Amino acid sequence: MTWINAIVQGVLVGGLYALFAAGLSLIFGVMRLVNVGHGDLIVAASYLAWSIVHATGLHPLLSLIIVAPVAAVFGYTLQLGILNHTLGKGILPPLLVTFGLSVIIQNGLLQIFTADTRKLDAGALETGSFALLPGVDIGYLPLLMFATAVVVIGALQFLFYSTGLGREFRAVSDDREVAELMGVDERRVYAAAMALSLAVVAVAGVFLAIRSNFDPFMGPGRLIFGFEAVIIGGLGNLWGTLAGGVILGVAQGVGAEIDPGWQVLAGHIAFLLVLAVRPRGLFPRIS
Amino acid sequence: MGEPLLRVEALRASYGDAPALHGVSLELAKGETLALIGANGAGKSTLLKSICGLVGQIEGRILFKGEDIARCPASRIVRLGIALVPEGRRLFPSLSVEENLVLGGKARRPGPWSLESVYALFPVLKERRRQPALAMSGGQQQMCAIGRALMSNPDLLLLDELSLGLAPAIIKDIYELLPRIAGGGGGAILVEQDVMRALATAGRFVCLQEGHVSLQGDPAAHSRDDITRAYFGT
Amino acid sequence: MSALVSRATRASYVAGLLALVLAAVLVSAPWWTGIATERLIGEFMIYLALATLWNLLAGYAGLVSVGQQAYVGFGAYVLISLASLAGWSPLWAVPVAGLGAAAIAAPVARLVFRLQGAYFAIGTWVIAEVFRLVCAQIAVLGGGSGTSLTPAAMKLVAASRPAREAAIYWLALALGLGAVAVAYALLRSRIGLALTAIRDSEIASDSLGIRIDRVKFAVYVLVAGITGMVGALVELQKVRMSPDAAFSVNDWTAFVIFIVVIGGIGTIEGPILGALIYFALREYLAELGSLYLMILGALAILVMLTAPQGLWGFVQRRFGLSLFPTGYRVRGL
Repeated sequence: MTWINAIVQGVLVGGLYALFAAGLSLIFGVMRLVNVGHGDLIVAASYLAWSIVHATGLHPLLSLIIVAPVAAVFGYTLQLGILNHTLGKGILPPLLVTFGLSVIIQNGLLQIFTADTRKLDAGALETGSFALLPGVDIGYLPLLMFATAVVVIGALQFLFYSTGLGREFRAVSDDREVAELMGVDERRVYAAAMALSLAVVAVAGVFLAIRSNFDPFMGPGRLIFGFEAVIIGGLGNLWGTLAGGVILGVAQGVGAEIDPGWQVLAGHIAFLLVLAVRPRGLFPRIS
Repeated sequence: MGEPLLRVEALRASYGDAPALHGVSLELAKGETLALIGANGAGKSTLLKSICGLVGQIEGRILFKGEDIARCPASRIVRLGIALVPEGRRLFPSLSVEENLVLGGKARRPGPWSLESVYALFPVLKERRRQPALAMSGGQQQMCAIGRALMSNPDLLLLDELSLGLAPAIIKDIYELLPRIAGGGGGAILVEQDVMRALATAGRFVCLQEGHVSLQGDPAAHSRDDITRAYFGT
Repeated sequence: MSALVSRATRASYVAGLLALVLAAVLVSAPWWTGIATERLIGEFMIYLALATLWNLLAGYAGLVSVGQQAYVGFGAYVLISLASLAGWSPLWAVPVAGLGAAAIAAPVARLVFRLQGAYFAIGTWVIAEVFRLVCAQIAVLGGGSGTSLTPAAMKLVAASRPAREAAIYWLALALGLGAVAVAYALLRSRIGLALTAIRDSEIASDSLGIRIDRVKFAVYVLVAGITGMVGALVELQKVRMSPDAAFSVNDWTAFVIFIVVIGGIGTIEGPILGALIYFALREYLAELGSLYLMILGALAILVMLTAPQGLWGFVQRRFGLSLFPTGYRVRGL
């Protein structure tokens, strides 16, 4: 039964991993950019949420009302001001600039908040649970995280395929030059995509802060989990990313059952297996 | 006699270190259809792209309705009233037929063209409106590309190699619709490999050869030999 | 009129002579300077080696790896296994660490080459993490807290402390100068021509029949091997290593990338210049701690946005200077 419990918990935490990954997947889909600082931005969002909660006494989830818009505006500005200038010149500039960003964020957080770990307390949400089966408890928080992941990905899909902005995302990703001919301002489209990505990052960051202790250096680990979820699920497919997150979560859960020290390693091995056997992921859409 | 719709003055254009146009000048009046002919690499597509704002390194002037647009970004130029049907169609693969057309109308200029009128012109597009754009045949894709350009209600329509990769019967159908497309008091520039068809359709022609204008005028006023010489540059 | 096709420039002749003089001076250092200076120069040589190697990978072969720390750590662990567990002389363990790193790089390359661009970069990072986590599980080597080289092993290097430090110093010199020499020789060879072609345009290279995959694979394995030796050297220098230190992204990748980017990617001189700048900055700014890292990050961003060719690239463009010429020039026209 502990195995079934491990798998169920793994599925639920997969929702959180999918939230880590969704923003990454979105950006890559629209502008072929991989933000190496993505994980650090998630952690920064966690710190922002923590600061707001400690300043106002708001419930952690409610802090999203402030964190999400702030993150979106930051993303819009970051893209317009810096990242747009790295596009179209090969893989090095975006990679190195976002890498530099990652270092700056990590050390900036260290300067401001010190290396002590923090955590957000969500009260009853964290401790409450119901029993699905004897020995398998479903916590409210993990369930909420999973449900949120489904809602967020569903919303992103809707945006992509049923709105004007989504149309422009797809057009600009297909053929930047011709999209310009139609009057699409690609700089603003990219900025909108980054704003959206960071809004999702905000959600992920708040959940991260509630779920576990966090410190300034957790970013790269979250980036790697998100990246693994994207690759396992397949490039260009947001629902695939959810599946990827679930698979990663389950692999980690099973690994932890074997030996707690094996948790993260088991996830990496699952990722490497998929890479070896199905290099394009399980449900790829982009070529 | 008003001022010309388009006047290109001593246009030089380059891609990186490679110059493509070495001082091209031409004029287009309102309501005129101009045929742009020349061998591969003569600079025809470069000239169209320069007018549309897709070429970065430009010297000279491009006056559209009196305004110099030579260094304007492409997204502004479409709002001023110039639309391109690109060589090879270049429809958006991730978008449906209708989505391609709707995106073409983003510039939101006033005029006779809308989704309904484009569907009236090309009924087959209406039938396949929800299909991915690339699921159609070459000829149908060409119609979609033309419709997409029309959706911005351009005053100047640029058509780059309409007949590329299409069966003769389809080409004939599309060319028969050209008067309805280029009618309306605007202007059109037609780049076409099929020289005879181009000269038959247009009122005037410009022949490019290795980046300069080698001959221009009324098709009827020039012999086949003249045109061949200008084309190949002997 | 006769035109001479040559590879050297006047500047490169001068530079070559200066380099020989400098090398002689450096080799003789243990006789005229103390251990602290030896260590500093040794550290410089380590970063010079890592930067030159990373530049070969990213600046020429187009393989932007953020996971070279995998081979640094691997080399360190091979050395400590052979020296502390198997009783080898650490000096012999260094080349074996290199061979081991090259050997393990081959299957890793097969796997990780399935990813492109930035995803390749993160993939290499994952591999490094896997190496780290596996090493942290090896109880006999200290598990998560690592272990030290035994005094017996250290004695096998040399009997006295000064001799030991000298030996380690010369090893560092060999690796640092050797890496630059290997890079220079490689880039002047046919493989180097292929690499430069790949650097300039993969599509064009492909159409010319250059076996891009093979060249990249070869460079990746070669770089991994030398990186493994550097890792072994680092272990020898530090004596005590933990998995976190051996596989540290900051120490073995972030700083290296900054050095190459600021100095000038895609040139041989760039990493040298970058390493000099990095050490100079460290002298004056290191006490700022994490603020120093933020400045490095901001500097790298600034360079990438305004002068992506780095400082040396700028100098090369402006003054046409080339100290390590790898191309051909036509003289006499």
